[in-house]
Amino acid sequence: MSKFKKKKDGGLPPVNTAALPDIVFMLLFFFMTVTVMKDNTLKIKQQLPSADQLHTLDKKDPVIYIYAGEPLDQFKAKWGSSAKIQLNDSFKEVTDIAQYILSERADFRQDQQNKITTALKVDGETNMGLISDIKQELRDVNALKINYIANKKSE
Amino acid sequence: MPKRAIPEINAGSMADIAFLLLIFFLVTTTFETNSGINRKLPPPQPEDVDPPIIRQRNIFTVVVNKNDQLLVEDQLMEVTDLRKAAMDFLDNGASTNDQGENCNYCKGKKDPESSDHPDKAIISLQNDRETSYKTYIEVQNELVAAYNELRAREYARLYPGRDYLADEEEYTTAKTPEEVKDRLKPRLERVKKMYPQKLSEAEPKKN
Repeated sequence: MSKFKKKKDGGLPPVNTAALPDIVFMLLFFFMTVTVMKDNTLKIKQQLPSADQLHTLDKKDPVIYIYAGEPLDQFKAKWGSSAKIQLNDSFKEVTDIAQYILSERADFRQDQQNKITTALKVDGETNMGLISDIKQELRDVNALKINYIANKKSE
Repeated sequence: MPKRAIPEINAGSMADIAFLLLIFFLVTTTFETNSGINRKLPPPQPEDVDPPIIRQRNIFTVVVNKNDQLLVEDQLMEVTDLRKAAMDFLDNGASTNDQGENCNYCKGKKDPESSDHPDKAIISLQNDRETSYKTYIEVQNELVAAYNELRAREYARLYPGRDYLADEEEYTTAKTPEEVKDRLKPRLERVKKMYPQKLSEAEPKKN
């Protein structure tokens, strides 16, 4: 019977996991500090162009976002495969931009309203025709400060 | 009275709780790229205003066609050479500005066929409706870089030890204290006035 006796020694001691919470908390704090909450679900493909003369938009700056690009595969059946504009959470037409800018602008504080930047987050493969139309609309509602969002060029 | 020992709290599930929070933050947040090229659109123009007459040598034309090829001053060019060409044009300083002042800080060739003065030099960018956005941004980037490099050169000369781009960044950041901004503003404006950014964009050609 002694054949089946449990081995008491020679086995590995259990790994001490007391520091595990600390490690996980460290990761947690890292992600809490460097990421921001998603505010819009992108419905379009977004491969941003790259540039090196970048200017960082501060979190406190009043910014209105306009997204544009080719719809993601699951939306192609309904919306087609040509580049579309996304405002907040839905696809919109160029003619809706003016209304959108005006309503977003009203949400900002009075003293910030003339400092609003319109950030264009546009996929690199989009044709300039669409961008020009957007810019024309922005000019019409006097939203003249724009920012072409781009990735930092890695050299 | 005998002291009652406080039972130790079991921290075994602490890791689980932390993991849960970690995973929550992983799914709800994104790494946001929040930097880009700042540009200003021209204000809406009344229909009946005639455009001012500008001499051809003061205009640096950049045309991007639908195949993303670059035509600079009627010559085919690669994007990588654009910055140098634009800087040469802006920095030429062959003649005087409207106030009759010579460009004493220009280091260009003073070619009479090129721009008179940085005040007068205009870069005109024209693109096709089928140009890709990626190329457009590359071209914009190079042109903005040309201005920034010239301004940085003068900034370093006027205020030794200071960096134009770093100061510009500091000035535009919202959390910079007001007194620092007030100190930086006249310096930045002085250099910006030396090389004013005159980058005009024509309406894209329709096919």
